[in-house]
Amino acid sequence: METARTMDPEIAQHIPRLRRYARALVGDRYRADDLVQDTLERACRKFHLWRQGSDLRAWLFTVMHNVFVNQVRARRLELEEFDDAPAPPTQMERIDLLDIEKALARLPVEQREVILLVGIEQMGYAEVAKALDVPIGTVMSRLSRARERLRALLSGAGDADMPGTGLKVVK
Amino acid sequence: MNEEQLHAYADGLLDRETRAGVEAALAASPADAARVQSWMRQNELLRASFDPVLLEPVPDRLRLLRIRRAWLPYAMAAVWVVLGVAIGVGGSALLRDRDAAASASLARRAAMAHAVYSPEVRHPVEVGAAEQDHLVRWLSKRLGSDLKAPLLQALGYELVGGRLLPGENGPVAHFMYQDGRGQRLTLYVSSRKGDPRDTAFRFSQEGRVAVFYWIDGKLGYALSSELDKAVLLKVATSVYQQLNP
Repeated sequence: METARTMDPEIAQHIPRLRRYARALVGDRYRADDLVQDTLERACRKFHLWRQGSDLRAWLFTVMHNVFVNQVRARRLELEEFDDAPAPPTQMERIDLLDIEKALARLPVEQREVILLVGIEQMGYAEVAKALDVPIGTVMSRLSRARERLRALLSGAGDADMPGTGLKVVK
Repeated sequence: MNEEQLHAYADGLLDRETRAGVEAALAASPADAARVQSWMRQNELLRASFDPVLLEPVPDRLRLLRIRRAWLPYAMAAVWVVLGVAIGVGGSALLRDRDAAASASLARRAAMAHAVYSPEVRHPVEVGAAEQDHLVRWLSKRLGSDLKAPLLQALGYELVGGRLLPGENGPVAHFMYQDGRGQRLTLYVSSRKGDPRDTAFRFSQEGRVAVFYWIDGKLGYALSSELDKAVLLKVATSVYQQLNP
């Protein structure tokens, strides 16, 4: 590390949330922290681009998204399934948790990002659209697909690819 | 009712009026209701699965960035953490308590709830301080005990509001306070199983979150924040005194 940059404490306070999102996004603990580290370094370099007074958390998630997308592209990193230690499930709840992590790993990256920003980060749809730099309609269709796919996976309906359901008007 | 509204309903993004409309429509459409239910369950599972990451200590390599120029405050913080743990460990070694494990899990659950909700910008609480009477009545009813929201203005903390959480032994009341700089503390109140009893204060450092917790009759209390231990103790003492006048 050749340059010493002090991380702004304002950025530092978001590290736990960035780590939570990264862990859910890439599964493996070390790869997730690699992603957080790259994000923090980039955020510190680009901190002057953040508009004072705007939402810092949202900006950091945008930075992480960009870093992540670049990594996926550059390494053509086909995100493999999470390598779970085969822990013996003891309770119902535990089984569910393992299942959701496995099911999550089977979602396409774009859908995974959306369902995590909404479900874990509790962002509004417009916020997600901004963070990922896509139209809100795209956010909604990805969310819809992700949820239907997870539902099928978790109910054991399986491995078969769900036909894309897209946005449809009910009633 | 369109698909987007169903998702927004599942994610708690609707205002009260639209919510009621969607609820009415869902009552008439069991298939949609089942879908929405499963989406909400997915959100719960995702959070249950990944929220524990919030409590993990941040690895050194992620902190290195900030250690360079400003190492002193962090070194001091580390000293406080070590002291806190030493006091916590020393203190708890003195306590011979059959439900030590159960109370330790109270501290952990409280710390987790603090870590999840205190950074929340949009939904820090379900019911705001403006409706304080309603809040306390509602939570008291759900827990089956007369609760009080302690007053902490004298220490610089205003009530933000509260929410209901699921706990080990049923519903949990969660009150949130905030000072002028946005520093938050949370009070976690849960019902206990077994005979009413009392314990002394205990301290636990759960990752970044410091927790003072105690049992008072049928209820377990835990006060969490990222403040240092001495400051938090002052607040905890005040809370305790108000609840036991």
